[in-house]
Amino acid sequence: MLALERVSKTYPNGAQALARFSADIRQGEIVAIIGGSGCGKSTLLRAIAGLDRASSGTVTLDDEAIASPHAKIGIIFQEPRLLPWLSVADNIGFGLAELPAMERREKVARALARVGLADKAQAWPRELSGGQAQRVAIARALVPQPEVLLLDEPFSALDAFTRRDLQDHLLDLWADTRPTLILVTHDVDEAVVLADRVLVMRPRPGRLFDQIEINLGRPRDRNSPLFENFKRSVLTSLDRSLDRSVPDRDATQGPGQAMWW
Amino acid sequence: MISDAPVLQQTSEPAERAAAPSRLSRYAGPALGLVLPVTLAVGWELVVWFGWSNGRLVPPPSRVFATITELARSGELVRHIAATLWRVGLGFAFGVVAGTLLGAISGYWSLARRLLDPTVQALRAIPSLAWVPLFILWLGIFETSKIALIAVGVFFPVYLGVMGAILIVDRKIVEVGRTFRLSGFAMIRRILLPAVLPAYVVSLRVGLGLGWMFVVAAELIGASEGLGYLLLDGQQLGKPAQILAAIVIFAILGKLTDWLIEVAAAPFLRWQDAFGRAKGA
Repeated sequence: MLALERVSKTYPNGAQALARFSADIRQGEIVAIIGGSGCGKSTLLRAIAGLDRASSGTVTLDDEAIASPHAKIGIIFQEPRLLPWLSVADNIGFGLAELPAMERREKVARALARVGLADKAQAWPRELSGGQAQRVAIARALVPQPEVLLLDEPFSALDAFTRRDLQDHLLDLWADTRPTLILVTHDVDEAVVLADRVLVMRPRPGRLFDQIEINLGRPRDRNSPLFENFKRSVLTSLDRSLDRSVPDRDATQGPGQAMWW
Repeated sequence: MISDAPVLQQTSEPAERAAAPSRLSRYAGPALGLVLPVTLAVGWELVVWFGWSNGRLVPPPSRVFATITELARSGELVRHIAATLWRVGLGFAFGVVAGTLLGAISGYWSLARRLLDPTVQALRAIPSLAWVPLFILWLGIFETSKIALIAVGVFFPVYLGVMGAILIVDRKIVEVGRTFRLSGFAMIRRILLPAVLPAYVVSLRVGLGLGWMFVVAAELIGASEGLGYLLLDGQQLGKPAQILAAIVIFAILGKLTDWLIEVAAAPFLRWQDAFGRAKGA
């Protein structure tokens, strides 16, 4: 279990990005974190990843305090961040340096096949499309079999079609070993498609505002009325988190509102 | 009737035109660079040939070439080239190793940078030839002081190149290393050095250029063999052809070794997604 206890972050310039954020996340749970810009979503994720230390409060994974990057925690960023001087296969195997070469090759080959890029093993990252590169990044993060996988707006730079494709693909991969997924997103659609639970954050200072359980079986039909209902309640919560008046949301919503900024 | 012919021509011409520029442009670039030196050389050769100048102080290319073949036939040339190459090679190796190590350390650890860099920068400000008397006192007149001088010349561009390039490595790439728990030498080896490799190759080439510069200085000061010695010998005995011969060989060796670095580095830089690559491909 991943336990966040009163995690706060104040930057040296005095800005408080995160205030007393607490949450318990079960092993294997998929949690989406959503909120207005400046609500500390990414700060929170970076604290869990051990990339930035929280000013106060604790992050513990299975009773082990996290203060620096941990072998059981993987992260996928908004950009693929592949190492341009390594082939696709070597990028995926980057986190397996301690394994013997045979075992590493085997795992990399399996991961490549799993993300559908077996024919790109020897390609350079510059030769990949955006979606392919992000798939390599996912494979790279998953191949050391982390218990927790953090995703910082992983699909926001992709076109709508590729994004859907990768969301489904991510769920498919998740089912293999069922790591805990913590996903920061701007996209209400994405949160409801992927998450068991949506955490809505409120800005200035960033803190937890609301939690919405998504009690929907998988695979989820993005067009079902139930799906629409959950989307609406997340959107309503988001509007309230920003102290906006809640407009009367009827069935004739424009498609633009699915992407919530 | 008049309009028929041009139409027919137009259909056949584009195909020929498409093939011609690619063949032309492949040779035109290098060939264009040769126009000026070849014209000058041939021109001067003719001037001496016609007796408009005796070519005593500025010998024509044929005489320079004759000097080179003469030196080559007596085995002198190989001895001098070997001596110089040996000095440059050793000095370059020491300079590169020291420059890379210290550059990487002060690029990566800010404490080391604050400790080390001001001193290195201050030393860099000293014209390197100013070390010559000291090196001769410390290391003697023979090989050691020469190699040390060359190493000093090579060290600074390599050190600066490595440190400067590490400082501007993309933070996002470094973070990838951090998420895989790399730090210290593992971070330098697996993330920072590969990331700076293109800049590193450039600084190696600059360093090598300085190495060739300093070997001349070292050999002018006191040597009994080497291309620099040939220069000095030519001056003292009034043999401008020998001086020019040495200069020509310096040019060839300098270009050749520079090209060697470029060729040796190319396989490691194939991953680059850069402006220069697109032009080359």
